[in-house]
Amino acid sequence: MRIWLAGMLLLPLVACNGDRQASDHLPPSRLPQPVALETDEQGRPLPDVLAETQVLYRGNAEEPQTLDPHLAEGVPSANILRDLFEGLTSTAPDGRIVGGAAVHWDISRDGLTYTFYLDPDGRWSNGDPVTAQDFVWSWRRVVDPKTGAAYGRMLAPVVNAEAVFSGRLPPEELGVTALNPNTFQVRLDAPTPYFLGLLTHPTTFPVHRESLEVHGSAHVRPGNLVSNGAYKLTDWQVRSRIELARNPHFRIADEVIIERVVFYPFEDENTEFNRFRAGDLHWTYQVPSGQFRWLERNMADALMVAPWFGTYFFSFNLTREPFRDNLELRQALNLAINREIMTQRVTRFGEIPTFNLIPPGLPDYEPPEPDYASWTQEEREAEARRLYQLAGYSDDEPLTVELRYNTSENHRKIAVAMSAMWKDVLGVRTRLVNEEFRVFLQNRAQRRVTQVFRAGWIGDYQDAFTFLELFHSEHGRNDAGYDNPRYDRLLEQIASERIPSRRRNLMVEAERMLLADQVVLPVFIYVSKRLVDPRLAGWEENIMDHHLTRHMFLLRERVAAVSPAEELSE
Amino acid sequence: MLSYSLKRLASAIPTLFLLITFAFFMIRIAPGGPFDSERALPPEIEANLAAKYHLDEPLVVQYGRYLWNIARLDFGPSFHYLDWSVNDLILQGAPVSFTLGLLALLLALAIGIPIGAWAAFRQNRAADYSVMSLAMVGISIPNFVMAPLLILLFAITLGWLPAGGWEFSPSRMVLPVVTLALPMIAYIARITRGSMIEVLHASFIRTARAKGMPERSILFNHALKPALLPVISYLGPAAAAILTGSVVVERIFTIPGIGSYFVQGALNRDYTLVMGVVILYGMLIILFNFLVDLIYAWLDPRIRYDEQEA
Repeated sequence: MRIWLAGMLLLPLVACNGDRQASDHLPPSRLPQPVALETDEQGRPLPDVLAETQVLYRGNAEEPQTLDPHLAEGVPSANILRDLFEGLTSTAPDGRIVGGAAVHWDISRDGLTYTFYLDPDGRWSNGDPVTAQDFVWSWRRVVDPKTGAAYGRMLAPVVNAEAVFSGRLPPEELGVTALNPNTFQVRLDAPTPYFLGLLTHPTTFPVHRESLEVHGSAHVRPGNLVSNGAYKLTDWQVRSRIELARNPHFRIADEVIIERVVFYPFEDENTEFNRFRAGDLHWTYQVPSGQFRWLERNMADALMVAPWFGTYFFSFNLTREPFRDNLELRQALNLAINREIMTQRVTRFGEIPTFNLIPPGLPDYEPPEPDYASWTQEEREAEARRLYQLAGYSDDEPLTVELRYNTSENHRKIAVAMSAMWKDVLGVRTRLVNEEFRVFLQNRAQRRVTQVFRAGWIGDYQDAFTFLELFHSEHGRNDAGYDNPRYDRLLEQIASERIPSRRRNLMVEAERMLLADQVVLPVFIYVSKRLVDPRLAGWEENIMDHHLTRHMFLLRERVAAVSPAEELSE
Repeated sequence: MLSYSLKRLASAIPTLFLLITFAFFMIRIAPGGPFDSERALPPEIEANLAAKYHLDEPLVVQYGRYLWNIARLDFGPSFHYLDWSVNDLILQGAPVSFTLGLLALLLALAIGIPIGAWAAFRQNRAADYSVMSLAMVGISIPNFVMAPLLILLFAITLGWLPAGGWEFSPSRMVLPVVTLALPMIAYIARITRGSMIEVLHASFIRTARAKGMPERSILFNHALKPALLPVISYLGPAAAAILTGSVVVERIFTIPGIGSYFVQGALNRDYTLVMGVVILYGMLIILFNFLVDLIYAWLDPRIRYDEQEA
């Protein structure tokens, strides 16, 4: 009994628990529930509970554009790259930032110098040691404008990164140094509290210099790719499968249980769903929209839904009529939307209604709720009507507005519901315009034809700034055309603020300003949703939605979840 | 025959040239570019990418460069799948689409022609009506309806066949091949029936009957060959289309063929990839139409190209 308790590991394992509240402001989530598993001294589950073949089949949305970590963008490629490579830091199953290639680090008192101590056991998949020099060379490659790194701005906090980026300084001037083979030092322009979190992004991963120099752009092909993560690339059939096998040289290779992992690209969510039902997949990237009720009834033990670090919102074009200099009108349209109906009747996957731009769940940031968040919907609608009249519109002279979105069944449903709510509450006449994605992006950026348009953002790193910076007057994605010198100044203050509490207050002030100016019309917080084989364990939900295969393992059979009472008694 | 063939092939070159020119400028007119994404790229990076892919040059210069490259059979790098060239992608995808298309084509011919001929033979009888109603159903059910139905029945409910994937395994090929072949079977059966009925009323068949030839021999030795001519002319463009893959079937069964590149390539503004598949498709259409003409000559002794030319 003593051994049983000592060697017990509480693992989140998928189980049906539809009616449990995740927290006060979150609706019922369908999170993996903890199970008790016997473990050995190293904390590994005992071999007799493990399935004989540890091969994981993961659905992974579209074919990745590239497996070069510095050029990649998008979640599907990041999922594979986090298995193939390892940055200085890594993500624990619950989303905490933990040591990766660097086992520990020192941060100078002023928060400007980070010294990383690499794991001396760190090896590339060909057996070469992973050195500080590898990181120096890789990071210089990222900021070198010749590389064309889509996410190069991830390294913007590093000294001289911006200057190298714009070609004013050579890459050698980037503020990174190898103090010795195992010590890597980074100097920052301003303290960046989220810097350790940035290092889990593939753009900051090291690449193997020698294979890049030998193979050029073909360095990512199977047989050529040398990586430093838990897995190595063994097969890549474009739009068919990407197969990885355990990297025996990985610094903690003996902790990795899944032997092989196969990523399948899917262009269609129903196809992925069918493959899961047929037993071909352990893990899906998404679930078919509009099927929530059916899934809840029929596949409850596999359906997983959890809050994600992203917000679905609409933006107003502030540079043109009718929204230019018409705050009341923007406020009226915002208040007239019933978010409860939107999430419960239209999107229907447990999305979280919101009036804020920044999603909840950050460790050091509490989004400031506007007053009207606590009103009843009737109160909001009454206020919406008052503001609408103040803005100069009425039943006799209703607003005619255009609502633009990119082609997608979900976007269409939401837009239709929005226009219906505006019509019901205010009498607004809405013209829906749907555009192919790239045409839509171009029109948004040009700000010539847009009025209200769909937007949305999934945070790139775990900090409120990833949302706030979008509305700097010179940001490339400020499609609303928000141009407020006070807001720009606030952002600059946040970027250089050294005291965490002051920085947090500045960020709250910035979000308040955005909401008061009604630049955006937030609708809901995104949720990650997927189907997971109940025998897959070792993973947990986290708001960044990072799930490393090396933490997972397949059980011989599913283990019953620990009831909440048992959990408490331990 | 040889000189005719050479002439036909020579005339293909200006056709292809027009196709390439038209497609090249059409895709460039589409708004947005290959490197647009929801995350805005810094201007310096955008400029570098444009320079790397020569997108900063005047369009005419790009066009000249493109022509020069394809003359050397280099279709350029893909703008979306950054690790692969268009040649890589087509060489990986084309065998898949070709296999799938060829199997579907063979299946369609093997079933469509006999049942069409049979229906004609039993014209206006129960067999004819049932075959033709089935064919009508086959033509009218689109494959995006048929495919999920087949998956639901054979992969999920019965569990006999995989729900998708390819990997050149026979069991995975069954459902997509059948899905792709069904409407073709129906088409071919209808065409065969129609032309067969016509041929069966022709005077040379009456003559054969009068001479007391067995029905079987009349059907297979005399009627079938001329009755196949319309089927062959249908097959030319149909084969080119089916061999270059089907967007719907590839999507639903996750098959890594080249069919999706026509749509995905265009949506991604992957200029070179779109050009690559368009040129391939164009070449196949020209090639198959040429083959159709040759088969015509073989099937119908009245057609002699070289004599006509002379």
